Amino acid sequence: MPARILLVDDERGFVDTMAKRLENRGYTVGVAYDGPQALAALDGDVWYDVVVLDVKMPGMDGNEVLKIVKADHPLVEVIMLTGHATVESAIEGMKSGAFDYMMKPCNLEDLVSKVEDAYDKKQAHENKILEARARHIVLRRGD
Amino acid sequence: MSDVHYYKGLAKSMMFTIILVSFAPLFVVVLIAGYQYSVAYEEKVEAHLRELVLKHDQTINAYLEEKVAEIRVLAEVIDLGHLANPEGIEALHQALVQGHGTDFVDLGLIDDHGIQVAYSGPFQLQGVDYSGEEWFRAVQQHPVHVSDVGLGLRGVPHFIIALRMDAGGKRYVLRTTLDFIAFNRLVEDIRIGETGMAYILNRKGEFQTTPRRDMAAEVPFLKGMAESMAESGDRAAMTIMDNPATGLETIFVTSPIKGGDWLMVYQQDTADAFATLNRSRNLAIFILFIGGVAITAMAVLTSRRMARKVQKADAAKDIMNDQVIEAGKLASVGELAAGIAHEINNPVAIMVEEAGWIQDLLEEGLSKSDNEREVQRALNQIRTQGARCKEITHKLLSFARKIDPTVMSFDLNELVLEIVELSQQRAKYANVIIETSLGDGIAPVKASPSEMQQVFLNLVNNAIDAMDSGGGDLDVITRQEGDVVAISISDTGCGIPQANLSRIFDPFFTTKPVGKGTGLGLSIIYGIINKMGGTISVSSAVGEGTTFTIRLPAGRVDDTDTEEAA
Repeated sequence: MPARILLVDDERGFVDTMAKRLENRGYTVGVAYDGPQALAALDGDVWYDVVVLDVKMPGMDGNEVLKIVKADHPLVEVIMLTGHATVESAIEGMKSGAFDYMMKPCNLEDLVSKVEDAYDKKQAHENKILEARARHIVLRRGD
Repeated sequence: MSDVHYYKGLAKSMMFTIILVSFAPLFVVVLIAGYQYSVAYEEKVEAHLRELVLKHDQTINAYLEEKVAEIRVLAEVIDLGHLANPEGIEALHQALVQGHGTDFVDLGLIDDHGIQVAYSGPFQLQGVDYSGEEWFRAVQQHPVHVSDVGLGLRGVPHFIIALRMDAGGKRYVLRTTLDFIAFNRLVEDIRIGETGMAYILNRKGEFQTTPRRDMAAEVPFLKGMAESMAESGDRAAMTIMDNPATGLETIFVTSPIKGGDWLMVYQQDTADAFATLNRSRNLAIFILFIGGVAITAMAVLTSRRMARKVQKADAAKDIMNDQVIEAGKLASVGELAAGIAHEINNPVAIMVEEAGWIQDLLEEGLSKSDNEREVQRALNQIRTQGARCKEITHKLLSFARKIDPTVMSFDLNELVLEIVELSQQRAKYANVIIETSLGDGIAPVKASPSEMQQVFLNLVNNAIDAMDSGGGDLDVITRQEGDVVAISISDTGCGIPQANLSRIFDPFFTTKPVGKGTGLGLSIIYGIINKMGGTISVSSAVGEGTTFTIRLPAGRVDDTDTEEAA
């Protein structure tokens, strides 16, 4: 099952086109044009695996969104998207739990491979949780 | 140019200061020390002269008294009858000569008729009639008489001591002549300097000793003096007056001797008496003069060199100021560039995505469904975004031109709008809402537009920085206040603590962490506004915000050369 990606950026033209290209490659893609929209989308019906998050957005900036995402949806992986001038804030994002960061404008193939890595990590994570739960159940049975 | 006058004035004031400061103590020291020295020296010289005269008048008085006493002793011990015969007087004279050298030139006995009845001495004066002589008359009144110096019968200067003797109802007079040369030497030996000399006058002003030089011209004057001095009777009285004979100021020290009959006078030209003092004074004046010349020369040279150095330093400072302004400009351009690079990144990212999208579509084939229309849309989007890039770079380029300090008239509102537009993107990301309220009919401002750009951009950047956490409102207000155009930039940021308020215009003062701010922004602004004849003021409350207000003199309305819009 391909990754479900949420693209967050205030530049509509950018996210819309990127969404189309990613959809073209078979991914399920959602878009959000600012922080609150992104958080709403994550709380919505679709379970997103990876969030591609722009750092510099008016209103609520990427790092704030990241903190809430990590708090509310700890398993969702976040890739920060940034301009050159704000690499520091991207690094700060990674400290607060982002998977990786990418410079704008980015190569779609690079983005896709990063998204895949993040997705793999998330799946590995989920699998471990599942295994742990299973072991827990087994152990309980052994009582 | 006024600068040249300024440095000339500076050199001049430095020169006068140096001269004044160097000369004043020199003068004071020379005057005070010189005065004290001369007073002390004069006192010393005068005391010395008085002492000299006192000593000598005593010596002479003592000499005369001694001679008189000797004769008197003789007269008392000698039998008059024995004295009257030539052998007797000869033997007495011999005894005197043996005992007192040649002081007693001769010895004679005179009867009451004035006839010399006995004589011993080198002259043939036996039987001479002295009855008409003044001393003979004087001795009739007083037991002892010392005569003035006179040539007498022998034609040689001498003076006489006459002693009255009474024997057997007859009155005799014992007369001895004293060697004038020996006596004269007592006085003549007093010689000091070139003109210092002593002599003795009688009451009539006649010389009793031989002065060192011919003083015939001074006789009437001396006579007057002798009379006045004799009356006062003070010992070693000193007067300083112009000597009529020589025309020079002269010191006279006078002392009465021989019971006031004679007057001992010591005289010396003042110039001679105070020769050492005068030499010292001349030396001091000479040193003062040389010192003055040296000080003046040094002052001129030093002040000129200092003024040149100041001029050079000022020139270097001006260059440095320009460089600092340029550096500040670059710093603000850098800050601007960071914001703008981000702004440009967005359209570029869109273009890259659209290009990638087109590629994707081309791989699928244009014939498929409405792919061709989608490509058209993507190309349109690329064009739109390209135009956006161009607009941004244009703005940046117009700002980053080298600072042009040329002063011209321009519309302030236009400039404010330009800056606000440039800062809009940065403000958007910092959640700052910029509002402008631009007054109508604001007079054009005479200033350098590119410098004013820098000023506003700096203030707007500072305001946005101050509101960094959480954003706020930035109000730019322009208004006309009489002849002055005022621009206020208010933020609702963190505010400036009272302690820092007085320092914010200092160069290199910054509260930002190292590497974040140069601390030059506001000092450069201050310099620019000052140069344009304007003022900048600030009011701030911590936690509420800060307002910078710039007031610029309005230019004349007839200046129409407005700045070309960027």
